[in-house]
Amino acid sequence: MSDQVLEIRGLCVDYGVGADAVHAVRDVDLTLHRGEVLGLAGESGSGKSTLAYGLTRLLPPPGVVSGGQVIYHPADGPPVDVLTLSPARLREFRWAETSIVFQGAMNSLNPVHKVSTQLLDVIKAHEPKGSAASRLARARDLLRLVGIAADRLDSYPHQLSGGMRQRVMIAMALALEPQLVIMDEPTTALDVVMQRQILGQLAELRERLGFAVLFITHDLSLLVEFSDRIAIMYGGRIVEEAPADRLYRDPLHPYTEGLLNSFPALHGPRRELTGIPGSPPDLRAMPAGCAFHPRCPKAFEPCDERVPVLGPPGVDDPTRAVACWLHPAVAPLPR
Amino acid sequence: MRFLLQRVAFYLFTAWAAITLNFFIPRIVPGDPVQSLISRNQGRISADAVASLRVLFGLDSDRSLWEQYVDYWGQLLHGDLGLSFTFFPAPVSQVIGDSLPWTVGLVGVTTIVSFLLGTALGVGAGWRRGSWIDGLLPATTFLSSIPYFWLGLVAIALFAGPGSFFPSSGGYEPGLVPAFDAYFIPSALQHSILPAATILVSSMSGWILSMRNMMVTVSSEDYITVAHAKGLSERRVALSYAARNALLPNVSGFALSLGFIVGGTLLVEIVFSYPGLGFQLFQAVGSKDYPLMQGIFLIITISVLVANLLADVAYLLLDPRTRKS
Repeated sequence: MSDQVLEIRGLCVDYGVGADAVHAVRDVDLTLHRGEVLGLAGESGSGKSTLAYGLTRLLPPPGVVSGGQVIYHPADGPPVDVLTLSPARLREFRWAETSIVFQGAMNSLNPVHKVSTQLLDVIKAHEPKGSAASRLARARDLLRLVGIAADRLDSYPHQLSGGMRQRVMIAMALALEPQLVIMDEPTTALDVVMQRQILGQLAELRERLGFAVLFITHDLSLLVEFSDRIAIMYGGRIVEEAPADRLYRDPLHPYTEGLLNSFPALHGPRRELTGIPGSPPDLRAMPAGCAFHPRCPKAFEPCDERVPVLGPPGVDDPTRAVACWLHPAVAPLPR
Repeated sequence: MRFLLQRVAFYLFTAWAAITLNFFIPRIVPGDPVQSLISRNQGRISADAVASLRVLFGLDSDRSLWEQYVDYWGQLLHGDLGLSFTFFPAPVSQVIGDSLPWTVGLVGVTTIVSFLLGTALGVGAGWRRGSWIDGLLPATTFLSSIPYFWLGLVAIALFAGPGSFFPSSGGYEPGLVPAFDAYFIPSALQHSILPAATILVSSMSGWILSMRNMMVTVSSEDYITVAHAKGLSERRVALSYAARNALLPNVSGFALSLGFIVGGTLLVEIVFSYPGLGFQLFQAVGSKDYPLMQGIFLIITISVLVANLLADVAYLLLDPRTRKS
């Protein structure tokens, strides 16, 4: 059993085809290890969600995956490329191996069916052999797992609060004990107290069940606390990737630094919040060279001409990678 | 349950109001049925006959309006809608009873078929956008923008005529006696094909279009993406998740269209001289047959109210969000 659960290699996602296509995700390499929480942060429009939809092949048209590989390593058996699975194999793969918790806590549940129907149909679709009674028992257990009374199975989504709905979605995501759970801004629609509760619960469940999480958010402060590693996305590319505490203490990319400076620290001396001047790049007209250079306070000579490669900044430091001319990669990321 | 009782109470009130209006309006309108009967017989009616006609139509002037109103209700509850002028001395209830099955048979069946077929095609068209069904849409939209009766006239001009299989008018071969036998039933079916096709062609596209558009709207909902991500079969996502939600507005539209079965396709019945309620109403208006008009309006009112109630019940059953508990 390999240490990795998911390897994304050179993934490109476009919206539209031909000359007018917008390149929303460009040449992204990302590796998820078993049981780890990988945080993916960036501004709106940086391609975070597109990446998640692309790697699960859920992109609505006109989105198309235009290149790359998404290698999934099952717990047993040889690795598979998700992007080349046949429709039937893809259906088997979905949810059983990789489940997703979506952004819209309010609209993720079908309003006309009971919670039980929606929990049971996914179990039934993937394990048609089990008995109805065992499926029901499983659904009860799942709700209990996320702290919801089992009698809520008979509720309709509109009878649940936003927090409860999102917890039902998390229970549903864990129904088939997947290796990987993708969370696309799972707590954005919730208040801070509910956010904390759900994240706490999630951390606990992960400890117990050992699934890996790809956690997508624009809230870097949340990731610093919650994830093992953090990848920062800008203009469709990963610009920095590092263990959470190292990224927080010692950001290398000026963009990461800008993000970190835009929320206050709870401890330590008071400092001025600066934010990042300018606005995210227009994906239809990306600046030449490093996409961040027009907003970068430290931009210098090569930045507007050549795209920096993502790679480790020093020979002695293989755990982190950055794409910035201030810290030129000693070697591109090993593939 | 409480919600349903509230609705029933509301519809009972509406029915009362409609019936009351139905009583007063003809009495406010100038002219009276006996006068028109006299003029139809060119005055050759004896004074005694006129007097007894007045009593028969409830127009004896010595009774107060209130007494007449109470009597009217009494008669109504006994199913007595008065006598028809046109088919004198047949009672209105009998005239309606004779023509109602024709309308319900023709328009009722086509309404249901059109809804089922249109909805099914709409689900297909909305789910697989850009397939061949989408190519049909401009044609169906064009057909639905044509009034029923004009389409009927075109159908008669094109398909009916001497020697044609399709008769241009009537509900059955003249000379046959309405009965469930091997002569009457085929004849009735043959006569219904053209009017039924006319209604079907012009009403179905509405269902296709609204269902398709709702499917497209619902397809971009988050729960559809979730259903795909769950690895459910395409069929289950399309039917249980997308179509089940897209159906809701269409169902209430359908229940309401049931209410218009009785009176709604008057013009088609006129064009095809189909012996239904609409054609009867047309004749009643032509001959100032107030009791018959009143009776038909009453039936239309009641059927619209019943259809509304059905729509409420259907919505209650289909959409859990409307159930208050």
